[in-house]
Amino acid sequence: MKKLLFLAVFALTTAVTYAGGYRVSLQGQRALAMGHTGVAVVNSAELGFFNPAGLVYLENKINVSVGGFGVFSDVVYQNEQTGDVARTDSPIGTPLYLYASYKVTDWLTAGLSVYTPYGSSVEWEDDWAGSHLVNNIDLAAIYIQPLLSFKLNQYFSVGGGPIYVTGSVNFNRNLNRTLSDIDGNRSEVTVDATGVSNWGWSASAMFSPADNLRIGFNYRSEIILEAKDGEADFENIPNSPATPFADTRFDAELPLPAELTVGLSYEFADKWLFAFDYNMTFWSVYKSLDIDFANPSIPDSKNLRMYEDSSVYRFGLQYEANDMFTLRAGYYFDESPVQEGFFAPETPRNDSNNFTAGLSVNVNDHFAIDASFLYSRFKEVNASYDSYLENGQAVPFGGTYKSSAFVPGIGITYKL
Amino acid sequence: MKNYIKYLPFLALGVISCEPELDNPVDEAGFYTNGEADFSNYVALGNSLTAGYADGALYITGQENSYPNIMAQQFAKVQETQLFTQPLVNDNSGGLLLAGNQIASNRRVLAFGVDGSPSPQIYTGMQPTTDITNVLSGSFGNMGVPGAKSFHLITPNYGDVSGVPVGTANPYFVRFASSPSSTVLADAVAQNPTFFSVFIGNNDVLSFATSGGVGVDQTGNLDPSTYGPNDITDPQVFASAYSTIVNAMVGTGADGALVNLPNVTSIPFFTTVPNNALVLDAATAANLTGFFQAVAGIFAQGAIQQGVDPAVAQGLAAQYALTFNEGPNRFLIDVPVSQTNPLGFRQMTADELLVLTINQGALAQGYGSVVLTPEVMQVLGLLQTGGQPTPAQAQLVLDAVSGIDDKDALDKDELTMISTAQANYNATIKALAQANGLAFVDVQATLAQVANGGIPFDGGVVSSQFVTGGGFSLDGVHPTPRGYALVANTIIDAINATYKSSVPKVNIGSYGTVTLSNDVQ
Repeated sequence: MKKLLFLAVFALTTAVTYAGGYRVSLQGQRALAMGHTGVAVVNSAELGFFNPAGLVYLENKINVSVGGFGVFSDVVYQNEQTGDVARTDSPIGTPLYLYASYKVTDWLTAGLSVYTPYGSSVEWEDDWAGSHLVNNIDLAAIYIQPLLSFKLNQYFSVGGGPIYVTGSVNFNRNLNRTLSDIDGNRSEVTVDATGVSNWGWSASAMFSPADNLRIGFNYRSEIILEAKDGEADFENIPNSPATPFADTRFDAELPLPAELTVGLSYEFADKWLFAFDYNMTFWSVYKSLDIDFANPSIPDSKNLRMYEDSSVYRFGLQYEANDMFTLRAGYYFDESPVQEGFFAPETPRNDSNNFTAGLSVNVNDHFAIDASFLYSRFKEVNASYDSYLENGQAVPFGGTYKSSAFVPGIGITYKL
Repeated sequence: MKNYIKYLPFLALGVISCEPELDNPVDEAGFYTNGEADFSNYVALGNSLTAGYADGALYITGQENSYPNIMAQQFAKVQETQLFTQPLVNDNSGGLLLAGNQIASNRRVLAFGVDGSPSPQIYTGMQPTTDITNVLSGSFGNMGVPGAKSFHLITPNYGDVSGVPVGTANPYFVRFASSPSSTVLADAVAQNPTFFSVFIGNNDVLSFATSGGVGVDQTGNLDPSTYGPNDITDPQVFASAYSTIVNAMVGTGADGALVNLPNVTSIPFFTTVPNNALVLDAATAANLTGFFQAVAGIFAQGAIQQGVDPAVAQGLAAQYALTFNEGPNRFLIDVPVSQTNPLGFRQMTADELLVLTINQGALAQGYGSVVLTPEVMQVLGLLQTGGQPTPAQAQLVLDAVSGIDDKDALDKDELTMISTAQANYNATIKALAQANGLAFVDVQATLAQVANGGIPFDGGVVSSQFVTGGGFSLDGVHPTPRGYALVANTIIDAINATYKSSVPKVNIGSYGTVTLSNDVQ
């Protein structure tokens, strides 16, 4: 019982991470339960995301991990000067993952990973106070990655593979704070692009200097989603030559930034495992969201973002209670990539403390059910987006925001 | 696994309780305070400004942006309030029908010509559907009646449809009067309000002003039933009506705010067409100067021929020897023929005003100066060579003078009448506010700021510049939604100061200005 208590306290005092920007750190039940650590943890095919180099150390010939999450994430906004209040009514996100590995020889393992590390779904009330910045956004990207993992010797392995990404974005905002048609319906634009694809890669290494200590390294490259000829749909536009907003096509680029992870895991007292991961997400690539409309009479939309590279610090603990149950808990601190004055309500995230817990139920030798749970705790923040221009004049949009995220997940692990 | 399923409801509970909560939510009781006032049942009394009239019409989106509706939404952030109701018209065309016949024109919109130049025009994109014979049921928090003067609010039968064609009733009040014989005030009192506002009296001088002063200053006439629509209301009649209104509203136990009257002559309706818009090149200026020398000469000669002392005749003639210069010159206006001004015209003085609705085409053709026809030019040529015109030719010259009509201008006497009456009304409003412990709203000062340089907000400056200033709608008289939001903020300020409340103000940058549409004929 003492051990369970320790685990519980650990879970309470640590935070779970739900990453900044539109990074969604939900790439495995076992990892998430331990604060989404895993670059140096060898216990399932989740390594296909966290560190492909570790796949070769899995004992079984075939390993499969599959699962998903329900993301319940909402934001509340208020402005004390005006009394305006808005709450998001965002749809439940359902990030999924599938990892499989096959041990070809003692020194070579092949794998296939499908995961969704980037995405965002935020739905504000239509025409809310910040509707000139965003009404709703839905961003999704699926990564598909074949992998190879090589054991160079008993201490060292490497892995990696090419990544194919296919993504989509749907974004709606009002054209400005006041423009409306004759009946007062606010003028708005929806940009929509689907099937936007590109290629990237990841490479990793794992070093196991002792039986109970592993050190991992993983790098996933930046991938720029280049939307070409997306659809821009303008609605409620006044019938006036002064507002020539006819439906058109658009080009835009959305970066999925590179991420570097280093970390370690340490087994102790027979049944315990401690893990630490450090992530650096190279968000500084996201300078501006520029929408280039094909119709030359429609001014292009330039939306400064000026993100900064951001760090995440992750801690996890695992306890093998008995043959049937393995218990996990974790914490992470997730640093927001958003600079002061660039807090846009499309990704209204500030620094967060994140608390995780979970367990595996080993149904039999081959089959386990994994569950995890994440609670993201955001401090409320007074923030503003200062780069919105009206007739050439900057009109800051600010207020007090508070986010919450609550993510239960379930999955299975199969090994043969 | 069955054992775990029973915990699923708790998981669901967790989802519900994970809504983000702010430390000090503005939408929880206690963040804002109503102070000593009770906003739970708000009734607004007034005229077109209270109704949300704009662009020369009453239409739904204008009503939604009326200052009482804006205020009511802010009140609802402070305490539990009844739903604020407004007698919404049927559409956004703004036109009114009486038994199928249109009696009020559609709203104006800003249309762009093929050359890209904007101009306010009547919206024709939809047929009006608001027939005043469809009387609404229920009572309304917004009791603003476009066109109403102070005494109209206590005039019985002001909502009787049979009086509309003869001008004894108001088509807007017909739509929502509780009965044809009721008064606006009685319908307001019957709602047993907890809070009220009164913004009435503008039309007691405004209609005189917008008619170019063709009405009568009725100061001294205490019987408003004898007044014409464009007359100035006697200040005692105003004071009597206003105190009746205030006493009745205070008698319900309600707190309230009294709004004073902005300067009617600083609105774009009077400030858009400058009185010196007679822009001349050097040659035309010289022609006009020569013309008026001829006028003076012809006048003097004629007067002397009729036996007037030559010195007196020369003295009177001198006022007609006007000099014009290259660049802007002031227009001429017609004035009553008098012994000191036998020809009945003069040049405008610096402070005199022209109305927005003046015929710009006519101005370009010589209205406000001289219509220089070839025949007139021929007579001028004759004079220059020392020739003697015939009496008919002389008359031709005098008739070429085209002073601006009374209806298109406010001269200095009319301006004095307006400002005297308005000052009287405002003194009454302030005194009644003080005597009854009500909030006094100096919207006159706010709108003077708008007219004089403008008021900055987060997206620029709101001013009374016509079309582009953002404060006034396309009729040049009534505010835009942004202008109404500014009025709402001004009233909220006064309420907060008087009643120790903390009603939040709105961001006027979130409110629109003029509506664009090329659905015009």
